[in-house]
Amino acid sequence: MNTAPGADGLAVELRDVGYCLDKRQIVSGVSFKVAPGETLALLGRSGAGKTTTLKLINRLLETSSGEIFVEGRSQLEWDPIRLRRRIGYVIQDVGLFPHWTVEQNVAMVPRLESWPESRVRQRVREMLELVGLDVAKFAARKPSELSGGQRQRVGVARALAADPPILLMDEPFGALDPVTRAELQREFRELAARLEKAIIFVTHDLREALLIGTRIGLFAEGRLAGIYEPDEFLHSTDAEARAFVDSLGTEDGRDRSLPHVTGRGRKA
Amino acid sequence: MSLWNFLVNYRAEIFSRTLEHLLLVAAAMLAAVLVGIPLGIGLVGRQNLRRWVLGAANVIQTIPSLALFGFLIPVPFLGGIGARTATVALALYALLPILRNTYTGIAGVDPAVLESARGMGMTPAQILWDVQLPLSVAVILAGVRVAMIICIGVATIAAAIGAGGLGVFIFRGVAMVSNSVILAGAIPAALLAIGVDLVLGLVEQKLTP
Repeated sequence: MNTAPGADGLAVELRDVGYCLDKRQIVSGVSFKVAPGETLALLGRSGAGKTTTLKLINRLLETSSGEIFVEGRSQLEWDPIRLRRRIGYVIQDVGLFPHWTVEQNVAMVPRLESWPESRVRQRVREMLELVGLDVAKFAARKPSELSGGQRQRVGVARALAADPPILLMDEPFGALDPVTRAELQREFRELAARLEKAIIFVTHDLREALLIGTRIGLFAEGRLAGIYEPDEFLHSTDAEARAFVDSLGTEDGRDRSLPHVTGRGRKA
Repeated sequence: MSLWNFLVNYRAEIFSRTLEHLLLVAAAMLAAVLVGIPLGIGLVGRQNLRRWVLGAANVIQTIPSLALFGFLIPVPFLGGIGARTATVALALYALLPILRNTYTGIAGVDPAVLESARGMGMTPAQILWDVQLPLSVAVILAGVRVAMIICIGVATIAAAIGAGGLGVFIFRGVAMVSNSVILAGAIPAALLAIGVDLVLGLVEQKLTP
């Protein structure tokens, strides 16, 4: 692995980071550290600032205050293009290039980085196997010939192709049906445990955060309300954390009530 | 004289007028494409500029062609009597469909695709050439196709300001009250338009991603 964390061993560090747009403060005072091998799940409601924070890390947005360090170097010392090629990026809508085959999509960053062609092909094979796609069957397909779950697998393979030490994921499984989502979540957890990457994972689903995150960063109204170990989170007294835990409870409750509604409508 | 005999007797002039016609259209289209496509790309993400430029192109489109030829004659450098003025007028007509379709095509690329392209470290030039243009080429080409048909049609009027082309037969035929002479210009012009439309339609189909 070409993981090259900074002298302090961190892959990503945010120090008091803020972002405003048109004088509106979207994110403020966010600080956290992520080391290789860790998965930080950023949990929060829609509009809480999770996605914005993620985009600040790969400079799709520029910070208004505070500092971000990537592999020990201030983000501003990085050339944005170089920085992004060392950070894998997976988004909910996947964003595969529709005019390219699966093979070309996965090979994108290695080819941008002018890897020798034999190594690129080798790497594409490895990556597709890693995400559980049969190379012979899928390499030549276009994204339009894939299911949603397959597309997101390709998205993950593409993000990992150039072996970036950092992986940013923005609700990557959010658009999938529940069965496929659960499947990909389980597989991804195993993958993450093997890869030794620093992963930052945005979600609004506590269940997903608990499953995938080694730590959970809770966002509320543009601020980081706290960082928790998964067990800690369930017993937190923070109001927003409780709100998330309670939402989990009602969903469970509804699941348990299912057997009682047979023969009648779910709502009386 | 029957139409057929007329066409046969005048085949040399019909051929040279058709060539003249095509040259006019080709020159105008080249200019319109060279200006329209880069300008259309430049309009993406620039609300105000877009309103002005597309507005201006729209206004030009509403000017009757004979009037536009007339307006251009006194303009220095661009105007005067002859092919140059006609080329400028045709290029102006061709501009709107090319501009509009280029803008629409590029602006219509899936934002998720652009976000992942940027997020994975493509440079703006790579995004344009490898993502935006390939994904909008069919829409842009549809604009070029429309512009081409407009040009072939309007170019028949160019004969009125001495630019030559198949319009020469049409104006001459009107003056002579001879249907054969009118048709000697109109038929090749119609065939040209249909042929070009078919060919570009096939290319468009091929390039649709």
